[in-house]
Amino acid sequence: MADYKDIQKNITPYDDKTYGTMIPGPFQRFLRTCKIWQFIRFIIINLKMLAVVSKSHH
Amino acid sequence: MARIVVLGAGVSGHTAATFAKHWLGDKHEVVVVSPNSKWNWIPSNIWVGVGEMSPEDVVFELAPVYKKAGIDFKQAKAVSIHPEGKEGSDRPFVTVEYTDPNKKGETEEVEYDYLINATGPKLNFAATPGLGPDEGNSLSVCTYLHAAEANTHFQNAIERMKKGEKVKFLIGTGHGMCTCQGAAFEYIFNIEHELREAGVRDKAEIKWISNEQFLGDFGVAGLHIKWGGHIVSSKVLAESLFAERGVDWITGAHVKEVQKGKLQYELLDGTEGEETFDFAMLIPPFSGVGLKAYDKAGNDITDKVFMPNGFMKVDADYTPKPFEEWKASDWPKYYQNPDYANMFAVGIAFAPPHPISKPAKSVNGTPITPAPPRTGMPSGIIGKTVARTVCDVIEGKYSLEEVKEKGHHASMAEMGAACVASTGKSIWNGSAVALTVYPVVPDYDRFPGTGRDPEYTFGEIGLAGHWIKHILHYMFMWKAQLKPGWTLIPE
Repeated sequence: MADYKDIQKNITPYDDKTYGTMIPGPFQRFLRTCKIWQFIRFIIINLKMLAVVSKSHH
Repeated sequence: MARIVVLGAGVSGHTAATFAKHWLGDKHEVVVVSPNSKWNWIPSNIWVGVGEMSPEDVVFELAPVYKKAGIDFKQAKAVSIHPEGKEGSDRPFVTVEYTDPNKKGETEEVEYDYLINATGPKLNFAATPGLGPDEGNSLSVCTYLHAAEANTHFQNAIERMKKGEKVKFLIGTGHGMCTCQGAAFEYIFNIEHELREAGVRDKAEIKWISNEQFLGDFGVAGLHIKWGGHIVSSKVLAESLFAERGVDWITGAHVKEVQKGKLQYELLDGTEGEETFDFAMLIPPFSGVGLKAYDKAGNDITDKVFMPNGFMKVDADYTPKPFEEWKASDWPKYYQNPDYANMFAVGIAFAPPHPISKPAKSVNGTPITPAPPRTGMPSGIIGKTVARTVCDVIEGKYSLEEVKEKGHHASMAEMGAACVASTGKSIWNGSAVALTVYPVVPDYDRFPGTGRDPEYTFGEIGLAGHWIKHILHYMFMWKAQLKPGWTLIPE
């Protein structure tokens, strides 16, 4: 994964693409691959998906 | 003894056939007609396309599975439907032409009591001159063989980059009326991930081209999720990911022609442009497979049974109306043909009443609108629901005429979908966008503004999504092979 500061260089002022986007910061990017946090999210996402599945069968 | 004939053995047809046989047992007959000898878990073709899985990992032979289940399997393609039978017989039938090497070219009339059309799409590469692997100008990941071919080109590109060459990748949709943006989305980020893993990311220019009006439309008019304490549109989520990974994009584009190493496109504002590429993977538009229909006298009634795009008419409201008048109730609930009550169409084979995304035309009048996706979870749910209804009719719980009162229903406007889009395959540093959307077709009356329930519509990026995607691969391969406990795995 590219360095956080390198990603900021992709943003160009007044550009109608990159100037309007949100770039995840270092902590957010750490959380995305943090095994403990992601295991917790794994459980939560699965439960949410099962809820959606259960609401879809009639 | 009743006979159900299922045309097609993709997600929807396979689900319908296997559940129907499971529920009916040996008292009734289930026949599957499919031109392919193998079943393919299509979502994992993305990983075949970057060399992270082999074609053998994503397919299995259908014949042994159907033999074990007691399903009569005919490796053949359906050519025509005769819902009134023929002179001298009222029994409806389907004409099939064998693709099985042992019977290749032979035709047969397969009679049915109930027909479930699950033929899926025709990959309509011909809609754009020069598009597709056959023309040799662009690649595809729509089938496992296409994906394997794409991987060969991808590995060659990596070798070139390791030697110091710059390579330009162009990924997206190859026509203004395409669907399946999600597959292209997955592929572009797996390409990006693999290039980083190979240490050649700095040698690559990666660009997205799509018919979506905005990034993150995905053919479902985008969605809104809770993210960082805000309600955020999928446009923001998608643009964030593209900007983070240094991927440029073109949206609102209709690809007009693909030539060797370059393509021409038209944008919504009418401007035209050209993009060069070394490697292009562009999803084709879909159409019906070209089934014909005939009445008892042999007259062509294809227009009565199918819409002009080749998909079968079902219980949807096909009245043309502007976007502002679209209703959730336009969408079919029972997937029953209005003229022939014993005919159903599931998965991609049913004709949707209209797109889900807001229609748009360029100033030159060229339609540039994502077609509605009907793959994956909706396909499985619809297949199972229709199978349940047909089994209920066979078991005498209600008649075909009572299906719309008592049958099981699965409108895409009442159904959610879980979608996990891989953005890099690795157990420890991979990631995926895990999304759920409820309902798939937005209902602005029930959920003003966003059209969807904010409690059941969510999305996030992370390693957990990759784990889920990986587990889903093995879970659905297991389920489709009817291994122990397969009925417990939800669609």
